[in-house]
Amino acid sequence: MPSPATTTPARPPRRRPAGAGAGAGWAAAGVVPVAFLLVFFAWPVAAMLWRGVAGVDAAGDPTGALDLNAFAEVLGRERTWRILGQTLGMAAAGTVASVALGLPAAFVLHRRAFPGRKLLRAVVLVPFVLPTVVVGVAFRALLAPGGPFGWTGLDQTTAAVVLAMVFFNVSVVVRQVGALWSALDSRQAEAARTLGASPARAFRTVTLPQLAPALAGAAALVFLFCASAFGIVQTLGRPGYGTLESEIWVQTAVYLDLRTAAVFSTLQLAVVLAAVALSGVTAARARRALRLGTAPLRPLTRADALPAAATALTGALVLAPLAALVIRSFRSPEGWGLRNYALLATSPGTGFAGGVTPLEALEQSARTALDATVLTLAVSVPLALLLTRPFRSGAARTAQRALDGALLLPLGVSAVTVGFGFVVSLRVQVPELAASGALVPIAQAVVAVPLAVRALVPVLAAVDPRLREAARTLGAGPARVLATVDGPFLLRGVGLAAGFAFAVSLGEFGATSFLAAADRPTLPVLIARLLGRPGADNYGMALAAATVLAVLSAGVMLACERLRPREAGSGGI
Amino acid sequence: MSRPVRIRTGLAALSLAALALTGCSVSAPSGGSASSTAGSSPAAGAASGSGSSAPAQDKGTVTILTHDSFALPDDLIARFEQESGYTLVTTAPGDAGAVVNQVLLSKDAPVADGVYGVEDHSAHRLVGQEAVAPFTPADLPASAQDLVVGDAMTPVDRGQVCFNTDPAWFEENGVAEPTDLDQLREPQYAELTAVTSPVTSSPGLALLAATTAEYGEDGWQGWWRDLLEGGAKVDASWSDAYAVDFSGGEGKGEFPIVLSYSSSPAFAPETAVLEDSCTPQVEYAGVLAGAENPEGAQAFVEFMLTEDVQAAIPDTMYMYPVDDAVALPAEWEQNAPLVEDPITPDPAAFDARREELLKEWTALAEEVQGS
Repeated sequence: MPSPATTTPARPPRRRPAGAGAGAGWAAAGVVPVAFLLVFFAWPVAAMLWRGVAGVDAAGDPTGALDLNAFAEVLGRERTWRILGQTLGMAAAGTVASVALGLPAAFVLHRRAFPGRKLLRAVVLVPFVLPTVVVGVAFRALLAPGGPFGWTGLDQTTAAVVLAMVFFNVSVVVRQVGALWSALDSRQAEAARTLGASPARAFRTVTLPQLAPALAGAAALVFLFCASAFGIVQTLGRPGYGTLESEIWVQTAVYLDLRTAAVFSTLQLAVVLAAVALSGVTAARARRALRLGTAPLRPLTRADALPAAATALTGALVLAPLAALVIRSFRSPEGWGLRNYALLATSPGTGFAGGVTPLEALEQSARTALDATVLTLAVSVPLALLLTRPFRSGAARTAQRALDGALLLPLGVSAVTVGFGFVVSLRVQVPELAASGALVPIAQAVVAVPLAVRALVPVLAAVDPRLREAARTLGAGPARVLATVDGPFLLRGVGLAAGFAFAVSLGEFGATSFLAAADRPTLPVLIARLLGRPGADNYGMALAAATVLAVLSAGVMLACERLRPREAGSGGI
Repeated sequence: MSRPVRIRTGLAALSLAALALTGCSVSAPSGGSASSTAGSSPAAGAASGSGSSAPAQDKGTVTILTHDSFALPDDLIARFEQESGYTLVTTAPGDAGAVVNQVLLSKDAPVADGVYGVEDHSAHRLVGQEAVAPFTPADLPASAQDLVVGDAMTPVDRGQVCFNTDPAWFEENGVAEPTDLDQLREPQYAELTAVTSPVTSSPGLALLAATTAEYGEDGWQGWWRDLLEGGAKVDASWSDAYAVDFSGGEGKGEFPIVLSYSSSPAFAPETAVLEDSCTPQVEYAGVLAGAENPEGAQAFVEFMLTEDVQAAIPDTMYMYPVDDAVALPAEWEQNAPLVEDPITPDPAAFDARREELLKEWTALAEEVQGS
């Protein structure tokens, strides 16, 4: 998911302005996607926050006035600031570690050729789409006293939570930075070397600044994911190590204290906005003309020992919990074998009595993911086109940047807030929609849209603007330019975006668990339920189902890799 | 250049997806098709909704908000639909706590007709906030009579939260097994104990209620402080404690004492229940105030008390039927009978102070763990 910043600088300074008619056309194209996000994201969140700040009279009826007493009270507590500090600290540590490990891995996986490179790229992405319940169990199985890594004493420490954050998010850095890196012209760095710079100096003074926009974008995303992490904080942390997200959950789900929850949600929103703004500023400052091309892959040599070692460490961090999960899934009370997998098709009898079988849930997951993918694309494609239009008017460009930043919000705002928001807004106003079950793919699409847009934008931005100009000079209308010039690029990017949307939807847990019907759960929801049931068979089924989910996600990611355009810079800028 | 082929494959997949969406789809409730096609083919579901499995007199749908452990054999649900004439739709927003919150959040415009899976203390909350309408089934089993809350919440099933032990561990290590709750606060046993947080898990909450009943308003903090300072592990959920940390569980962990249920030994016969620590949990069903289809919800509550459903509850939801005239499965009868004379807190009194107690517990746990 390279960020838009990675390739936008390549735009030439002069271009023909888009006509006023085209501008109106673009505004119209943006209406539906923006309306989608307003209705299915902004409204629920706002409805939830409003419940937290709306004044009520003695009888509990709304007065229509603002009541901000809760803010004064909650912000006056020392505990609030400790939680904020813990959130920022853990997210910062998770981000730094993800970047530190992801940067060398991006280099090795995107600039060096070695057997198994494509598989490793896909594997590194798997955690990103795995439900946290599964990861929590896998991690704890490794770290718990008595587990293979029990000697580290990491169980239920902040370090374990940070490790899990890296496990989940290192792929974001690898992908975003790797996509730019693979297109980076290496001749500048080589020139620096020729002039006597050491490899480290050449990297620091030439390559690193070139990568800065992608790094800033990736770091911001990782920070958002880490700052809103919930499942891993719950499972791997311990009392006293709460974050804003887990506190929002406790205040909402346990105490139903919406006033306090609204304060914490507002704090979270402030953190998210600050991270988005900081990343925007960094990316803008780092923005520079880049020479992009297709850099040839070189074989891995001894000179790459350091990044290779870091990549091996990253690989180990990602593979160890996955391996623990897979290995354990073959163990049942009857010994090693496929028993747990055979159980996936069963409903009554053995360990799992009544209700949906994991296979049925998998089918439900696949269907939901298909719907979510279509929805995601319907929203993301116009948005990505809008974001990559070379608008001339300053207002249009400001709107573009604002939209770009706003698109990150669904990734940083608490799933609990959104989930309960759905209940108090859409469920109440449009009960038919809620009853139809359509809210599940919709909620998943809201999560997938920001990622899909980020997969599409670099591909579209790589369209050489001169091609569009040439087409226009030759008399093509805006629609024709779109179809003949942008179209082929779009089709290539859509594969990647669709794969991402499908995989994200397959693994989505937070919003889905709120909205799924009891008799039609998706696989991650069913896995969580199986883990909550007694008996070795239920546990074994949960692990087998999680393995199936992981393999499926890896497969979708691998297919994405193949569908993916040669590289973002292949437009030949 | 194989790219065009791939693009075409992608397009094919896309149009398939579009078809799926327009045929919409996944998410359409599978009507009366709960019998065999639940969640399989939506088209089949839609068809059979008005076809074969549709009841003789179609009285529309009844929507029940349940906890996410709700499950019953398909044939029982089909029979309910057949006999009552209602099509059953369930939504499960999460655990029992999430169900209660959804009911309270949408109190003025209920999104369902009935609710199932509410725990005893929350039942008092729903009655107190008038979120449920008065209704008690006519033929209430004798064993359920005393458990009814406010003539509106009907007990359906029950269980007991208990500490479980791993006798093999104690034998191997030459340590005497604990026999009562109070022993667990001794350092010798505290460090062998895995509990779940009262904030994030329902067994933890039941234990907190039990300790307030056992040690009193000013005594429960001492028990917990001793336990936590003694090195007990606090997990977020039952599966973390039982499946990862318990030495008698799937993960073969390091803790031979774990907070679980009286029913657990039915699935792990080599484990035992610390009888003195047991405390009851009751799950309720009720009709929501302002429901669109109150008759349907009433029919559902009555259905949950029928003998066949009661008999199916242990195998599908891992709870005991509230009707004690209904026989338990053999493994339950043998390994996991309900304990007599459990610690019984007053649910209404506990509910009134629940938040306060949880916050006090959180402060205590944060203080101990942070030091």
